[in-house]
Amino acid sequence: MANIAAAPATAAVAGPSGPRRRFQFQAIIATLPMIIIGFMVFFVAILFTIYWSFTNSGMFPGWGWVGLKQYEILWNTNNWQIAVSNIWLFAIFSLIINFTVGFLIAVAMDQNIRQESLFRSIFLYPFAMSLYVTGLAWQWILDPNLGLQNAVQNWGFTNFRFAPLGDPGQAMIGLILGGCWQGAGVTMAVLLAGIRGVDQEIWKASKIDGIPTWKTYLFIVVPMMRGAVATALVLQVTGIIRTFDLVVSMTGGGPGIATWMPAMYVINAIQSKLNVGQGSAAATMMLAPIALLLIIRAVVSWRNERRAGMNVT
Amino acid sequence: MTADSFVQTSGATTKVGTNRDALTGPNGPRPKRISPARIGIYAFLIIVAIFFCVPLYVMLVTSFKSMPEVREAHLFNLPREWTIDPWIKAWSTACTGRDCTGLAPGFWNSVKITVPAVFISIIVSQLNGYALTFWRYKGAEVLFNFLVFGAFVPYQVLVYPIIIGLRDVHLFATLPGIIIVHTIFGMPILTLLFRNYYSSIPIEIFKAARIDGAGFWQTFFRVMLPLSVPITTVAVILQVTGIWNDFIFALVFAGQSNIPMTLQLNNIVKTTFGTVEYDVNMAATILTALVPLIIYFVSGKWFVRGIAAGAVKG
Amino acid sequence: MQSSVSIHDLSLSFGSVNVLEKLSLDIAQGEFLVLLGPSGCGKSTLLNCIAGLLDISAGQIFISGKNVTWEEPKDRGIGMVFQSYALYPQMTVERNLSFGLRVARMPADQIAERVKRASDILQIGPLLDRKPGQLSGGQRQRVAIGRALVRDVDVFLFDEPLSNLDAKLRSELRVEIKRLHQRLKNTMIYVTHDQIEAMTLADRIAIMKNGVIQQLDDPHTIYNKPKNLFVAGFIGSPTMNFLTGKLAGGNVALEGVNIPLGKYSMQKAIDGSNVVLGVRPEHVAVGEDARKMPFTIESEIEIVEPMGADTVAWTKVGGQSLTFRAAAEVPLHTGQKVLVGFDPSRGSVFDAASGDRI
Repeated sequence: MANIAAAPATAAVAGPSGPRRRFQFQAIIATLPMIIIGFMVFFVAILFTIYWSFTNSGMFPGWGWVGLKQYEILWNTNNWQIAVSNIWLFAIFSLIINFTVGFLIAVAMDQNIRQESLFRSIFLYPFAMSLYVTGLAWQWILDPNLGLQNAVQNWGFTNFRFAPLGDPGQAMIGLILGGCWQGAGVTMAVLLAGIRGVDQEIWKASKIDGIPTWKTYLFIVVPMMRGAVATALVLQVTGIIRTFDLVVSMTGGGPGIATWMPAMYVINAIQSKLNVGQGSAAATMMLAPIALLLIIRAVVSWRNERRAGMNVT
Repeated sequence: MTADSFVQTSGATTKVGTNRDALTGPNGPRPKRISPARIGIYAFLIIVAIFFCVPLYVMLVTSFKSMPEVREAHLFNLPREWTIDPWIKAWSTACTGRDCTGLAPGFWNSVKITVPAVFISIIVSQLNGYALTFWRYKGAEVLFNFLVFGAFVPYQVLVYPIIIGLRDVHLFATLPGIIIVHTIFGMPILTLLFRNYYSSIPIEIFKAARIDGAGFWQTFFRVMLPLSVPITTVAVILQVTGIWNDFIFALVFAGQSNIPMTLQLNNIVKTTFGTVEYDVNMAATILTALVPLIIYFVSGKWFVRGIAAGAVKG
Repeated sequence: MQSSVSIHDLSLSFGSVNVLEKLSLDIAQGEFLVLLGPSGCGKSTLLNCIAGLLDISAGQIFISGKNVTWEEPKDRGIGMVFQSYALYPQMTVERNLSFGLRVARMPADQIAERVKRASDILQIGPLLDRKPGQLSGGQRQRVAIGRALVRDVDVFLFDEPLSNLDAKLRSELRVEIKRLHQRLKNTMIYVTHDQIEAMTLADRIAIMKNGVIQQLDDPHTIYNKPKNLFVAGFIGSPTMNFLTGKLAGGNVALEGVNIPLGKYSMQKAIDGSNVVLGVRPEHVAVGEDARKMPFTIESEIEIVEPMGADTVAWTKVGGQSLTFRAAAEVPLHTGQKVLVGFDPSRGSVFDAASGDRI
């Protein structure tokens, strides 16, 4: 790099002209792909999808406005109703299990465990496996003829029953199990990072105050973990809404349509039923909770900024 | 208490310390007792660890058994007779609906998709992160927020418009098409990752480069890139894992000639002519999961950093 | 009278690194002891050992006559104040003060009484409903002290409590801590790297380096009779002047300059050995006042540093640097030839090899 310090420095001082403007121009060129894609895909595409949900699109996108008719059809479709109730079930149980188990593991890992990195490798490797593979593995374990049920029976517990995937009422259990197996580890990692972010001196202070360890975790550390909890929550929710691979591999949506999910409904509508209008309506419905979550998050962080600005330091 | 202790009054010069003989009473480090709580914690962790290991163990064990042994339904037993036939079959001769070529073609397709997609998506995101951190121009923030929003949007919302878009440029169901799709969907998180990382680099380095006369591109290649090795490693790991493990984009955008491993696995497993060959299926499953799994075990701490980095948002 | 805190042969190692070695220390009841030293000297480590936050490798610790070597921090009869305040961020001030007492199942009226007492002494009554995030740095530190106060203990430990505050706040709170000590008369052990805090607050100072106490004395003695080069150089601003030379018959011989030591009482003098004479800049007189001094010399001013209240000037004696302090009104400028003088017997002589005072 030639040392022509004089030229750019004075030019920068003189005002927005010369080298400064050239740098900006190059910056714009470098980020042009993002501009195009950011704009087109994540803005325009969403708008299109939403728009088409209000049209009578069939195999190809159309322009005939039909108001909320697609949504009426959607909510009257059995498949969709089942898919929605499934995802609520899946979401609630997954969140509860992942957060509870994840938190407990994180606290345990925080206790100066000797083989901490070994344990961490074990808890996180499911994250490296695709959800599809996860689904297959658990499908095999829960196989009603050759899987867990029979293995345990062969050990002598002849009354052992555990093959949820064959039973429409219980199949979701299998899905939740597989999903949590994959998700608990990541939740644990994020929550552990939050726990470790607590200043060591707070721990010292609580020790001097004589506060037992578990109370310190519950009353002092957990309230300080808002950021980590929010992050884990967002990660979980976005993953849950997208659930597709896991279902395809584990149950294919079955038995029957017992384990259908909204994501499957959308893909099915577009690829098999060739009904763009329905697919778009379903997709827009999937978007709603995410949009809500993001709005809440934005409001919360906006309020936090305002409150922080009012602080006296 | 004891006769040994006596007080030094503060005078002009005070002797530091006192005279003592043998130490009576508690001294030295606290005696370590293994409390029940500690045992409980270890027990808990071990039990959970076993639960996490079970699927991998079961898959491995099943894949080395022959079908007759599998049918004995002793899921957790080690194979009586170890055989690698299922593996060979899974790789080269397992049948999908249309042909019996095993997973091998899927593997190569995955490679063909993953390598370019990882490369492109990282370069683009790195550039974006760099530009956004150091060169702020109007409108960039807004677009960046849209991008970040895109990281949370469920793919299914965008799938159909992208299909239309790709069809219009004749890239639907082609290799470039799916590479583009992976790049697009990888950009939000990666840009965020790189931007957060670059924000933590002291801006003085950047200013020093500018004073030295380096321009936009020079600064990027000579200064920022060498500094970004750790975060690039994390990004590569994240992307390779994500793209290799992808299923839904492959399903929609890959087309018949570019079926990656996950999709090929699906075709093999869901095709049953007669009896289901569980051992072959398990071998196939492990083969499909192998690449990211190896990367994970080799790069351990980078992976963890990746999760933490991707997770620490805003 | 029993010592309040007593440390016997305390050692602490992390793996193969000996952080503290066979350290012994006795602190009297009601004494304000300052542990002073540069970063890494072990002062905070020692404090944490006394508090029970660190497990020691050998030795014993007694607090108020009781052997607390194996006791938990909460049973040692101590309260502690931290550099980063360490207030529980999600709790109000009142909760911060009372949380430990609540956990110990103290009756509510007793808790209220202690909280009131602490908040009255520290004047944080109006802040009781606020959260730490809404307080200023100085207020936060007072709450932190309050949290130690409600514990009703004999010994208070301070771990660099003022280091996070700006200079002005630091001097304000320093005075408050001194007032607190005068009022409560508790034993206080205070860790700092700031010599001004040490000099102003301490009854005795323990200067530490590399885990060893270099000198344990009251501030006056440490200032006037430092035991080694390290202590001499650490205390005093601007730093003490160090003139290296040879000891020759009651004089210190520099390059071409002989400084008679006069009434300086030496303990182990070896003629011909290399020594270092230490003289504080504030003990060097200039101009007319210099004539009264036993040793005078003409020298040329190289650099003048006006400090506002006074001026610091740099000259050379025998080829070595000598700084002195003069009142701001004295006219001094670079190149000026002045007469400087000092009384060597008020200075300190150190053996050049070992650094110890002789």
